[in-house]
Amino acid sequence: MNLLRRGEYHAFEADGAPYVYLVPSAAVFRLDDASVAILDALGQADVEPNELVRALSSRFPVADVRATVEDLLNVRAVRLVDKPVEAPVASPPRKRIPLTTLVLNVTSKCNLSCTYCYEYGEDRIVEQSRKPRFMNEETARQSVDFMFAEAGDSPMVHLTFFGGETLLNFKVLRSALAYARDRASTLGKTVDTSLTTNATLLREEIIDWIVENDVGVTVSMDGGKEQQDRFRVFNNGMGSYDLILPNIRMLLERHRRRPVGARVTLTKQNLDVESIYRHLRDELGFWEVGFAPVTTSWQRDYAIQEDGFEAMLGQFQRLAQEWLQYALAGKHHGFSNVRDTVEEIHKGMSKAYPCGAGLGLMGVATDGDVALCHRFAGSDSHKIGSVTDGVDRAKQDDFLTRHHIANKTDCSTCWARPICAGGCYHEAHTRYGESARPNLHYCEWIRRWTNTCLEVYGTLAERRPEYLAQFDA
Amino acid sequence: MRHLKPINKKARHIAETTEQDVVALQGGPLATPSGPHIPLGCTFVFSPGWETDSAGGTAGLCQPVERDLFDCHITCFWPAHVPDLYNYAPDWTGKCASAQKDWRKIDLIFP
Repeated sequence: MNLLRRGEYHAFEADGAPYVYLVPSAAVFRLDDASVAILDALGQADVEPNELVRALSSRFPVADVRATVEDLLNVRAVRLVDKPVEAPVASPPRKRIPLTTLVLNVTSKCNLSCTYCYEYGEDRIVEQSRKPRFMNEETARQSVDFMFAEAGDSPMVHLTFFGGETLLNFKVLRSALAYARDRASTLGKTVDTSLTTNATLLREEIIDWIVENDVGVTVSMDGGKEQQDRFRVFNNGMGSYDLILPNIRMLLERHRRRPVGARVTLTKQNLDVESIYRHLRDELGFWEVGFAPVTTSWQRDYAIQEDGFEAMLGQFQRLAQEWLQYALAGKHHGFSNVRDTVEEIHKGMSKAYPCGAGLGLMGVATDGDVALCHRFAGSDSHKIGSVTDGVDRAKQDDFLTRHHIANKTDCSTCWARPICAGGCYHEAHTRYGESARPNLHYCEWIRRWTNTCLEVYGTLAERRPEYLAQFDA
Repeated sequence: MRHLKPINKKARHIAETTEQDVVALQGGPLATPSGPHIPLGCTFVFSPGWETDSAGGTAGLCQPVERDLFDCHITCFWPAHVPDLYNYAPDWTGKCASAQKDWRKIDLIFP
């Protein structure tokens, strides 16, 4: 006797209508009354199909129930108990994924001494003394060659500059980009460039170069004066807000062709997401603002604790509602966290890996060692090659096998895994000393945040689907 | 798919895929011809079931009418007009030891 059982999904409501987010396919379906009744009936126990039809016969025509069960079986919201569920297999992608983004850590030096910095702070993983502090021009050129070689047939590659404080090595930055543009035109490809900076060194000459070369800019910044100066300090303890403010104003005023974003690190002491957003978006005029909790081991004074995550979620949710109202009115809202997740939901992304690190994205250390991403650049234990010798395929495959979602047992019953896939490797490494571990400290947070984004998405899909067309590309 | 409305791209893709339910018929001809096709089961044997003889009687038919009840049962992969004994009605013929004698004992199956 074959019984019907609920498949793996997360049910949510948006704009008063019932939806399911299916796992692991990441498909979103809106349910009708019959499908809701069937899923409800299967909530208590497995049910035999005829019995299900009988139980619902007073509410729905028999043919409707049968057709609905078939629909639910087809999309795997419901399954037959006897039919085994295929177990995911942890294997690296069969086809080599071309490199799309290369992050160059052009320097490991910084003119700020942000207390929480993972590069310098108490949780650093890179032994700085053994590596050159600045990338030289030759290594930068070799990195560019490596990038085009690894990019295969892709018509476009992204070259991102990172640090340390990126602009401390402006000379190499400038020559590397010129070389990359030159190579790109020879190869018939396009190279898109961006950089991250703390804005302390954004002087006129550099801003001119940024504008001229159409470079995307992200400014690491924590909010208003009080918020910024708490952790983002010079090594004499002086805050950096007053110094960067005129630079940022000049950048935002002149660099009009590409949106400039701010990236905020949230800590136990700096959790007022809404006021930070208001300041950076409304008062300073950043196009978008993204927030991330500080990466740290849990003992640190600035680590966000349980109640902090709760407070952060409440504020994220309020901003997400505001984002939705803007989107419904066809207007831009700069809260990029919700935008990014809504885009992933719209595309139905179901990830085997939390991010592109070691796959389509790699980071280069100052000496030309290639690591999983910029956060691991310079760490010998996370090295997967070098710009001169290329990627060590055995190491890469081993990394991709060990970090596959199928090997994260803790994630196997979580409905949010198509989007989260265990979270940042570097965060896990800092927190647990092992990059392959899922980030269990924020599971509940991720599930509730994903649920909020699903609600936003469902409402938008129903009331203003044309807004989502921008994510179709 | 009438009861679920696909919302995101993945859902639309799944809906399109499941609508092409008879996969073999959607796939086009096989790459290599596989030789003469020999039909099996009821399409292969001529079994006059419900017909009567010229006088309207059934006694003289080459098979008893009751035989037809089982034509699509067990021996055939195509569960046409008999209950599905694999999923819903495994005990359908439980009381019917001999079809010719006991066919009246066969239960009606309601969905």
